Amino acid sequence: MGSDATGRTTFFDSVDDVLARLGEVGYLASTAVATTVFLADRLGKPLLVEGPAGVGKTELARAVAEATHAGLVRLQCYEGIDEARALYEWNHAKQLLRIQASQGQDWDATRDDVFSEEFLLTRPLLTAIRRDEPTVLLVDETDKADVEVEGLLLEVLGDFQVTVPELGTITATQRPFTLLTSNATRELSEALKRRCLFLHLDFPDAELERRIVASRVPQLGEALAEELVRIIGVLRGLDLRKAPSVSETIDWARTLVALGLDTLDDDAVRRSLGVVLKHRADLVKASSELRLN
Amino acid sequence: MTATTPERGLPAHLVDFVQALRRHHVDVGPGETVDAAAVMAEIDLLRREQLREGLAAALLRRSGQRQTFDALFELWWPLGQGAALGEVALPYSEDGSVDVDALRDLLAELLVDGDTAALSELARAVVDGLGALGAGRGPGSGGSGGEGRDGQGGPPSGFSSYQALNSVKPETLLARVLAELRTRRQADAADSPFAEEVARRETRARIAEFRRMVQGETTRRGSEIRGREAAARTGVRRQAEQTDFLSAGADTLADLRRRVAPLGRHLATRLAARRRRAHRGPIDMRRTLRRSMSTGGVPVNLVHRRPRPGRPELVLLCDVSGSVAGFSHFTMMLVQALREQFSRIRIFCFVDGCVEVTDLFTPGADLAGILTEVHSRRGLVAWSGHSDYGRAFERFADRWPDAVTDRSSLLVLGDARTNHQDPGLGVLGAVVARARHAHWLNPEPQRQWGTGDSAAIEYGRVMPMHECRTAAQLAGVVGGLLPV
Ligand SMILES: Nc1ncnc2c1ncn2[C@@H]1O[C@H](COP(=O)(O)OP(=O)(O)O)[C@@H](O)[C@H]1O
Ligand SMILES: [Mg+2]
Repeated sequence: MGSDATGRTTFFDSVDDVLARLGEVGYLASTAVATTVFLADRLGKPLLVEGPAGVGKTELARAVAEATHAGLVRLQCYEGIDEARALYEWNHAKQLLRIQASQGQDWDATRDDVFSEEFLLTRPLLTAIRRDEPTVLLVDETDKADVEVEGLLLEVLGDFQVTVPELGTITATQRPFTLLTSNATRELSEALKRRCLFLHLDFPDAELERRIVASRVPQLGEALAEELVRIIGVLRGLDLRKAPSVSETIDWARTLVALGLDTLDDDAVRRSLGVVLKHRADLVKASSELRLN
Repeated sequence: MTATTPERGLPAHLVDFVQALRRHHVDVGPGETVDAAAVMAEIDLLRREQLREGLAAALLRRSGQRQTFDALFELWWPLGQGAALGEVALPYSEDGSVDVDALRDLLAELLVDGDTAALSELARAVVDGLGALGAGRGPGSGGSGGEGRDGQGGPPSGFSSYQALNSVKPETLLARVLAELRTRRQADAADSPFAEEVARRETRARIAEFRRMVQGETTRRGSEIRGREAAARTGVRRQAEQTDFLSAGADTLADLRRRVAPLGRHLATRLAARRRRAHRGPIDMRRTLRRSMSTGGVPVNLVHRRPRPGRPELVLLCDVSGSVAGFSHFTMMLVQALREQFSRIRIFCFVDGCVEVTDLFTPGADLAGILTEVHSRRGLVAWSGHSDYGRAFERFADRWPDAVTDRSSLLVLGDARTNHQDPGLGVLGAVVARARHAHWLNPEPQRQWGTGDSAAIEYGRVMPMHECRTAAQLAGVVGGLLPV
């Protein structure tokens, strides 16, 4: 570990170091992934990872945390998420009880009391900023949040400080390694993107995908894994509603093992293809285009 | 990387590269350039792939820019000078010419194995040995091919991927490769139609990739002769598979894009604001209690929870027939801008048939590519290839009866020129009746509406029609539209 320009302790020494240490915790990184993780760490910038579902975006954050023995703080975005869920809110019920219990006391004192630490509910963004230990902050599926939330992220990820009017300004002692993900259902704001390093994570190439299968489902033989990855590649070339992702490849491999199949003949494919293609229309289309019927 | 890359020092070279990106409409800001410089300070510059990924992370903001970036990266940070040949060499015959049959054998073998690295080396060798134009025609012009075979004088005047690919004809290897793959399959799968189909599609994809490799290498070699600026101007655009309409008026289009892109965001914000004001939600206990702090804990003012934002649904029906070819760019740009802001959007294109193309509009996708793809969709053209609005609307209503609901805003984009066919007012009227809002954007000047085969007047009775000829007009119309 070294330190970056802001004096923050960095996690990695080189791109190869990233590759090796992620590999140790079971994440097989491409050059693009390893390089951007290294740079995000070195430059102290958030990394925005965009790509289809199931290509290992969330898993990457988990792996970085595990490889560096850092704590993982995760903010899962959803439609309607707001500041109170992302940053902090006051525990009003508890505040009310305290106010009622202190009837007759000086109001100013009570007021200072109920706006203290004890009544603060910290949410992931504030949690990450206040932690003293090395931290990986994952803002997952950012595109699901409403546009307004991006403003909040922009503020927080800018200087990693948060002002709670009643408590003052809280600044991160240790900037967390920050990873944002997006499934690209909508384009994030230009401003937020400019604050981040950008990584488009797509389906892995065949060689990498074979290695991922081998590491996740070692029981599947090498030849079968190769065959499976080839078919997945061809399926991705069809015009499907939902192209199979790495997670589907892994599911398929597990299914074959569970069914005790050791060749991928037509019958085996027919029996198990439902694991790979979740939409009925996709199944029908693939079966006819690839002449499975 | 070679020492020849940064002629005027690395920072100047980086700035050059950034300017080239900008000329190709990749919007790089000063902040990104500073980041890129920081990247170069952290990365081992001799690790070319790391440099490539690092610069991309700092400079790019959407996936659709990557193709252009890669093509320019190849020119500004070339793999090497000259042929830069690897392990895979071209076979030569006795007389010193390339042995094309042996070369095809080799290519077939690599295609069977799917050995990408070797294919890429072979592509380099092929351009070097077969792609050279002019005086220095023949092998070894790059310095490492065939020693002793260079009697023909002078360096080449250029390189042609057409010439190279035309002698190798990789497409014609398909049957051979498939036959070989068949013999490699286990006996029981040898005649499985599924296995055969998988192999066919995989091989086709590999051949296409090999062609792209040859084209990329051609551009790189060309840049050494004509300078990288010139190579970037011609080669990169071609390579990015941009169709003619982009190169025709690239600047105009870039300008359009700048105007149209904020529209989607503008709309989204307006919709969101409208939704907030719309209704009171249920009482928000937390915020009510919080406010009650100032009244000693007695809840005086009730605070209402924001209503759950129901995302609006947008349905676009776009005419992409020949008569609106120019308008299609607008349409696609607008659609893309909207697509980036609304997750619940469905996009349909029509000529005399109708197809759904929602899936094509992934964020960052290349517009020219989308348009090409739209036109290759089966079902877009059902009969003649000329607009038939009535038939197209019928098809739409038939095939996707649930697409338009009382939560949808419907936008039709087209010139309403029906080729004197039945305009299908009834079908369209029924769809409009179901929609929450419906608007028609017409690229023709209003005074031409109703002339000739234009059914604009009739359609205008079914749904409001707006003239929309320029980017500015489009901005105005769309901005005032969709009253949510
Ligand atoms: N490079 C990789 N190395 C190891 N496992 C991977 C890799 N990429 C994807 N996976 C696996 O694929 C699955 C989906 O990954 P996930 O992170 O949930 O996808 P995303 O967040 O992109 O939707 C997980 O089981 C993950 O372990
Ligand atoms: Mg995820």
